[in-house]
Amino acid sequence: MSTASPSTATASVDGVAAGQTPSDAAKSARRAALNRKLSVWGARIGLAVVIIGGWQAFTTWGIVDPFFFGQPSGIWSRLIDLFQNGTEFGSFYENIWVTIEEALLGFAVGAVSGVILGVLLGQSRFLADVLGPYIKIVNAIPRIVLGAIFVVAFGIGATPKILLAAVLVFFVVFFNAFQGVREVDRNILANAKVLGASQLQIVRHVVVPSALTWIIASLHTAFGFAIVGALVGEVLGAQQGLGLVIKTAQNNFDPNGVFATMLVIAVLVLVAESLISRLERRLLSWRPPAPSEAANSI
Amino acid sequence: MADANNGRIEIEGVTKRFLTPGGEVFTAIKDVSFTVEPGQFCAVVGPTGCGKSTTLGMVSGLDRPSEGTVKVGGKVVDGITDGVSFMFQADALLPWKTVLANVALGPIFKGASKAEAQARARDWLRRVGLTGFEDRYPHQLSGGMRKRVAMAAALINEPKILMMDEPFGALDVQTKAIMSNELLGLWEQSRPAVLFITHDLDEAVALADKVVVMTSSPGTVKAVYDIDLPRPRGSVQEIRFEPRFLELQHQIWDTLREEVERAYARTAGGPVTEGKAA
Repeated sequence: MSTASPSTATASVDGVAAGQTPSDAAKSARRAALNRKLSVWGARIGLAVVIIGGWQAFTTWGIVDPFFFGQPSGIWSRLIDLFQNGTEFGSFYENIWVTIEEALLGFAVGAVSGVILGVLLGQSRFLADVLGPYIKIVNAIPRIVLGAIFVVAFGIGATPKILLAAVLVFFVVFFNAFQGVREVDRNILANAKVLGASQLQIVRHVVVPSALTWIIASLHTAFGFAIVGALVGEVLGAQQGLGLVIKTAQNNFDPNGVFATMLVIAVLVLVAESLISRLERRLLSWRPPAPSEAANSI
Repeated sequence: MADANNGRIEIEGVTKRFLTPGGEVFTAIKDVSFTVEPGQFCAVVGPTGCGKSTTLGMVSGLDRPSEGTVKVGGKVVDGITDGVSFMFQADALLPWKTVLANVALGPIFKGASKAEAQARARDWLRRVGLTGFEDRYPHQLSGGMRKRVAMAAALINEPKILMMDEPFGALDVQTKAIMSNELLGLWEQSRPAVLFITHDLDEAVALADKVVVMTSSPGTVKAVYDIDLPRPRGSVQEIRFEPRFLELQHQIWDTLREEVERAYARTAGGPVTEGKAA
């Protein structure tokens, strides 16, 4: 064994060095990368065809009842119908926009207050000790119950939805910002203090940028929660919005309508996700590339 | 620079105790006294866990002694000591700021305008030989280059005291030698008092005017040696072969060895209950 392994090692090196020129090696590496990409995409599309095709087939053959579980072709025509003819509560676009608006406002309120409170409590041990238990208690309340209270208190306008979305977003962002502030490198803090930084300068130059990695990571999940908050708020009571569209479809035994709206929501969240990823790349451009991104191994 | 007494560090009978998470009292250093004159390069050597870093923390004002006093320039330290800079083993550079912005932090914290701070930072980067690297981020630099950035960042405020906590501990031997030479070169220019913590005796003797040997937990001062090697010292690698260097090195090692062996026996002999203080 001990003599065999070095000889195989040299053989494989020779295979690259003797048989190929560098440009050949680059070409075959590119080809390998392309092949990999093609096979991944092939498998992805194949999976979608199997799932959606299977769904369509089973419902057509009557093994699964389309009345309860919908049907891909039905969902598609319902989607076109929604975009063309709108809903009982105004055009479909209008309803989409209402939900986006509520989610965005809730996201902004929740994220900003989460960051501020997280940084504040992360900085001050006293405040953290005093407020800690209360925050845990509020966090333990099921958010849907809060939604019910908000609807009772603020009616069926946009306010309760924004509040519900904000509450959902707040806790995710808050705990991350808090943890991020706690994780600031001790040496860096001591160094800034010795260099004569004031408390405010430490927060601005050291604490917030350091916690930013954590905060931004939380924003990915948080936007999903903002949409959930807005939708649940709308299901609980609203005059417009995708949540109401879903609820109405449900009441009319129209699973295709529910799935069609769900599809629209998924697209919204994916778009938001990619925007947040772009923001992340911009704000965290200082970070060294992760090992998985640094080298595309073949 | 008008007041020559500015950078004098007087440590008098200092004891520092910590409460361990288990509720026990742990004495990190006990009755430590020594003095560093302005412009003097003082190295502190001792085994792991002898409270070297604790001592630095109290001189900089990040920490308070449980007993005794620490005076800088004749004034008892309360709050962050003015005119002190720190250099750690791990770099304390901000990874999200460029090299230039990192070095410019010192003046900015002292209230300088951004333009002025950057101009001074450029000057210091030139002095440490990093012109052309201003826009890099720390992770894009080698270990030695990061140390040079840290040095520029520590010296830009022209401190009267420079405190170094095993600053070159994580570097390879060659880089360490180069950095030591550069440190001596920069130090000769502005001559702050230096409190240099290391466990490398050769490094201590090659760089310092005075070597303080500490015992392990609780840390106390075992002996103080004056290093009478002439200045400027020249290359750190070459001074190691001078007869006087070897003589001093042997003399101090005899004192230090006992402590190192004792500390090693303690850590290797069984589970260590007390928290690590150094």
